[in-house]
Amino acid sequence: MTTVDELLALGDDALIAAQRLAEWTTRAPELEEDVALANIALDLLGQARMLLSYAADLERAGLEGAGRDEDALAYLRGEREFRNAQLTELPRGDFADALVRMLFFAAYQRELYAELAAGPDERLAAIAGKASKEVAYHVDHAIMWTLRLGDGTDESHRRAQAAVDRLWPYTFELFEDRPHLREAWLAAVEPVLAEATLDRPEDGRFRPTGGRKGVHTEHMGYLLAEMQSLHRAHPGASW
Amino acid sequence: MYGNDIPEQPGHARLLDEVAAAERDLTGRGLGGDGTEGGADDYFGAVIAADGKIEPRDEMPEAYRKSLIRQIAQHAHSEIIGMQPEGNWISRAPSLKRKAILLAKVQDEAGHGLYLYAAAETLGVDRADLYEMLLDGRQKYSSIFNYPTLTWADVGAIGWLVDGAAIVNQVPLCRCSYGPYARAMIRVCKEESFHQRQGYEILHVLANGSPEQKAMAQDAIDRWWYPSLAMFGPPDTDSTHSAQSMAWKIKRFSNDELRQKFVDMTVQQAEVLGLSLPDPDLRLGEDGHWAYTQPDYDELFTVIKGDGPCNRQRIEHRRAAWEDGAWVREAATAYAKKREGATV
Ligand SMILES: [Fe+2]
Ligand SMILES: [Fe+2]
Repeated sequence: MTTVDELLALGDDALIAAQRLAEWTTRAPELEEDVALANIALDLLGQARMLLSYAADLERAGLEGAGRDEDALAYLRGEREFRNAQLTELPRGDFADALVRMLFFAAYQRELYAELAAGPDERLAAIAGKASKEVAYHVDHAIMWTLRLGDGTDESHRRAQAAVDRLWPYTFELFEDRPHLREAWLAAVEPVLAEATLDRPEDGRFRPTGGRKGVHTEHMGYLLAEMQSLHRAHPGASW
Repeated sequence: MYGNDIPEQPGHARLLDEVAAAERDLTGRGLGGDGTEGGADDYFGAVIAADGKIEPRDEMPEAYRKSLIRQIAQHAHSEIIGMQPEGNWISRAPSLKRKAILLAKVQDEAGHGLYLYAAAETLGVDRADLYEMLLDGRQKYSSIFNYPTLTWADVGAIGWLVDGAAIVNQVPLCRCSYGPYARAMIRVCKEESFHQRQGYEILHVLANGSPEQKAMAQDAIDRWWYPSLAMFGPPDTDSTHSAQSMAWKIKRFSNDELRQKFVDMTVQQAEVLGLSLPDPDLRLGEDGHWAYTQPDYDELFTVIKGDGPCNRQRIEHRRAAWEDGAWVREAATAYAKKREGATV
């Protein structure tokens, strides 16, 4: 059976990725891209809400009395209780960071949700089934831009390669709970990098980890401080 | 998506009915005016007289074309700049549901900008050139977006008052004589009506929440009321563009008529919210219209001239996004060229 911690890991990945991606709103290089990035952030936020609500229901079932809801989980947990992978919390960076991160993360989510959609937990399978369709679009969008940036101008190539090199070490953490998915992930990502004329980095020894146990980067505290500030300023209020 | 415990807004449904009626009239009509296939010289005048639609390939006076470009571009710029004040609260929205609604709203505004730039492009201008004119100050955007969003309640006040005023302004544009603009407005108005409802709902929840929340809502209305009234432009006696626009059937009501319509609708809705409008002289007249205090037009001109609280910040933000994105747009162009080369 699925555990609350597993659901928090899934939901927190989607929530923190959405929070970061939404920072692009009003800042994208083109109006069409502003709309596309907001769309993807909305998909991720929707996934986060379904997953956190499920986590809350499951937690409540194991408790006496009232439990938490999606907002209590999102707004009232401390940093050490968040289970997202560090890849999702890294700062916004430039447009290459955003789209390479999307490629890595969405390709991971695609494998993950395909597996969960066929799994024994019916509620989780339904969430994953719906999310699979969204994530397929995110992968396509990220591939389109990885190709354009990698095989565009000298500057875009340099920036895209820098983003790939910077983010690659953070991809290992994604597969800590499900190592078998990395092979399919590599099979999806490597050809895109090759076609984009980008070098696939070597698998080095720097493999940041800890997110699944609530150990995050220094960036996470600021993200949560911003996200939670208003909610926490009015304890018990409805919105 | 919305709670059923939020009361109806007096006057809200009627505006939507007007959009629907404009849409029915538009689809019931062929291209151009009805039965006006007269001499080509006077085609424009005949279409306008018959309440028909001018389409991009039709002949039109140069002044009509220029005036439309100015108005549609200014409208498009307003949608885009208008994303910033509310975008300011996406990261801090107080619940996940509110975050999703707000993000979707700001995204809608980008979509409105896209429809409107596309409508402007049918008149033979380029979006990139219009952007440039926005960034260097040659074209304006609605001054309302030069005020800051200081609290979460400002998001509610913008939805309720600013989107509300925008709808009152835009519903008549659904019948404007230029076809592409009228069609864009029909799409836009339907979405603006959702935005207004969402703003009203935010304020309703705050007004019925803790004392701090209620005070936050009242403070936001106190700050946004007069700037919203100023959105309808200077009083009719001082308006420079109105008469010609009316003759061309781009504009159908005067600034003061629209402002009155907005006041009448909003006063009733404020009562339902249990919040007050910051005008001690609001009185229901015998003609059924509310008498109200005019906004400070000197302040409006100060803001239009560029000296409002956020003019510099808004343009600086847009310019930074545009300049930071230059290498991305260049990459997309270079990549497309390589592809073309490869397939030839
Ligand atoms: Fe809009
Ligand atoms: Fe709107």
